Amino acid sequence: MSSVYEQLGGEPAMAAAVELFYRKVLADDRISHYFEDVDMDRQAAKQKAFLTMVCGGPSHYSGKDMREGHRHLVKRGLNDIHFNAVAEHLQGTLEELGVSADLVRQVMAVAEGARADVLNR
Amino acid sequence: MARVKVESTWYPLEPEESVLDGLLRQGVAVPHSCRAGACQSCMMRGVAGNVPPTAQSGLKDTLKARSYFLACMCKLPEGTGLEVAGAQDLRVPARITAVEQLTADVLRVSLEPEAPLDYRAGQYITLLRADGLARSYSLASLPREKHLELHVRQVPGGTMSGWLAREARPGEQVALQGPAGDCFYVPGASEAPLLLAGTGTGLAPLYGIARDALEQGHTGPLFLFHGAREPGGLYLVETLRELAARHANFHYRPNVLCGGGDGVEEGSIEALVRTILPKRPLGWRAYLCGNVEGVLSLRKKLFLAGFSLKDIHADAFLPSTPPGGPLAGAA
Ligand SMILES: Cc1cc2nc3c(=O)[nH]c(=O)nc-3n(C[C@H](O)[C@H](O)[C@H](O)COP(=O)(O)OP(=O)(O)OC[C@H]3O[C@@H](n4cnc5c(N)ncnc54)[C@H](O)[C@@H]3O)c2cc1C
Ligand code: HEM
Ligand code: FES
Repeated sequence: MSSVYEQLGGEPAMAAAVELFYRKVLADDRISHYFEDVDMDRQAAKQKAFLTMVCGGPSHYSGKDMREGHRHLVKRGLNDIHFNAVAEHLQGTLEELGVSADLVRQVMAVAEGARADVLNR
Repeated sequence: MARVKVESTWYPLEPEESVLDGLLRQGVAVPHSCRAGACQSCMMRGVAGNVPPTAQSGLKDTLKARSYFLACMCKLPEGTGLEVAGAQDLRVPARITAVEQLTADVLRVSLEPEAPLDYRAGQYITLLRADGLARSYSLASLPREKHLELHVRQVPGGTMSGWLAREARPGEQVALQGPAGDCFYVPGASEAPLLLAGTGTGLAPLYGIARDALEQGHTGPLFLFHGAREPGGLYLVETLRELAARHANFHYRPNVLCGGGDGVEEGSIEALVRTILPKRPLGWRAYLCGNVEGVLSLRKKLFLAGFSLKDIHADAFLPSTPPGGPLAGAA
């Protein structure tokens, strides 16, 4: 079966999803401080990497990369509350894009699977 | 250890040290200012070896293809070497033709390049003094005009702005590098609403972009918000009012934090901008220039208000940062 990434429309669809997702994240006081990069384009590129990964697109991050990539955030207090907030916005973004409930569930399961690595547990 | 070669000498770099910082530390003169990849004054060219792509971010494709890169953004992998040369080939000699006072602390500097500069209104250039001091400034002029026009704020203790205010005389020789940046009007969607906003000398590129758009026949509404602390900080007020009188779609909105009145609104530029935005700013384009915090804050607000990132063109006027100093000297 093709990935959610392909079913959504691949790279161009990710570009559209990024803006929706990034806007939700920036507007959420619980987590916005983690994403206040001076360079919004660079931040947007990272969000795209995130979305591509959880939607099963071409991605080369390992669990170890996830640990290392978020370690400095865990030092700044990243915990389950923040993780849940990101997951909530991920789900909201997919629903807004009209992704079927079944596929949304698949993506959320992939995201959930990254929890331990992201939170460095 | 990584190393970098300039004019037949190899210089070692410390771990995580940029090519710019490593060369400056060892006494090699390289023009520089922001040390954050924004002003392009530290441009160099790779002669042999691999230039990391991150060091070319923001450069025009033609420059990338010729191995130009930003020395402040260039970190080399351990064990590699890069041979580099300066960007002399990209510089054009120019002459200062006039320096006028526009407000108590803003100068209009006119320049005449030896060869015509191919630029779009709103882009910026790097101005180099004979001794290599480099600072970037946005162009307020239009390509069809004979002289290049810059608006330079006199920064307390400012090296380049102080020199321009007190010492530079008409006839003075300087050099220009550029143009760079994507803050310019793109023809096409001529009915699109355009939002131009900036404080202080952030007006320079906006003044160019507004006139360029009108001359190219833009028919959509064009809002220009120029902010200052108090009325004495506004400039080109009469010129812009006349432009507004000639173009029904051009809305000039000068504003100040205190002392408004007489056609000058009082309030924060962000609050005033919000009053003209529709619920869904579909098809709008924005140009934001000037003070770093102001530009970044408004950029974020516009994005949250529904602007697409690709429709927001922003030039934050990053100040110079000395090696070893904080990354944002403006804090
Ligand atoms: C893309 C770009 C476009 C620019 N366009 C313009 C323009 O059109 N007009 C214009 O006036 N300037 C513009 N600038 C800023 C300009 O390049 C110089 O930084 C500025 O003129 C100060 O240079 P200076 O040599 O006079 O002062 P410096 O000698 O560099 O600075 C003196 C001291 O003041 C500090 N400082 C300087 N500026 C600020 C600031 N804003 N806030 C807090 N501290 C500061 C420095 O860190 C330093 O400690 C632009 C910058 C960039 C990156
Ligand atoms: C499902 C869980 C998550 C996954 C799969 C994930 C994935 C990723 C990926 C792939 C990157 C790297 C992008 C790149 O550098 O190219 C990244 C970076 C980042 N992530 Fe996550 N992420 C997750 C959860 C979170 C959470 C909960 C937060 C904070 C609330 C967060 C904040 C960040 C930040 C701030 C960066 C950029 C790091 C930096 O700039 O140094 N992530 N993430
Ligand atoms: S871009 Fe390198 S010093 Fe400004």
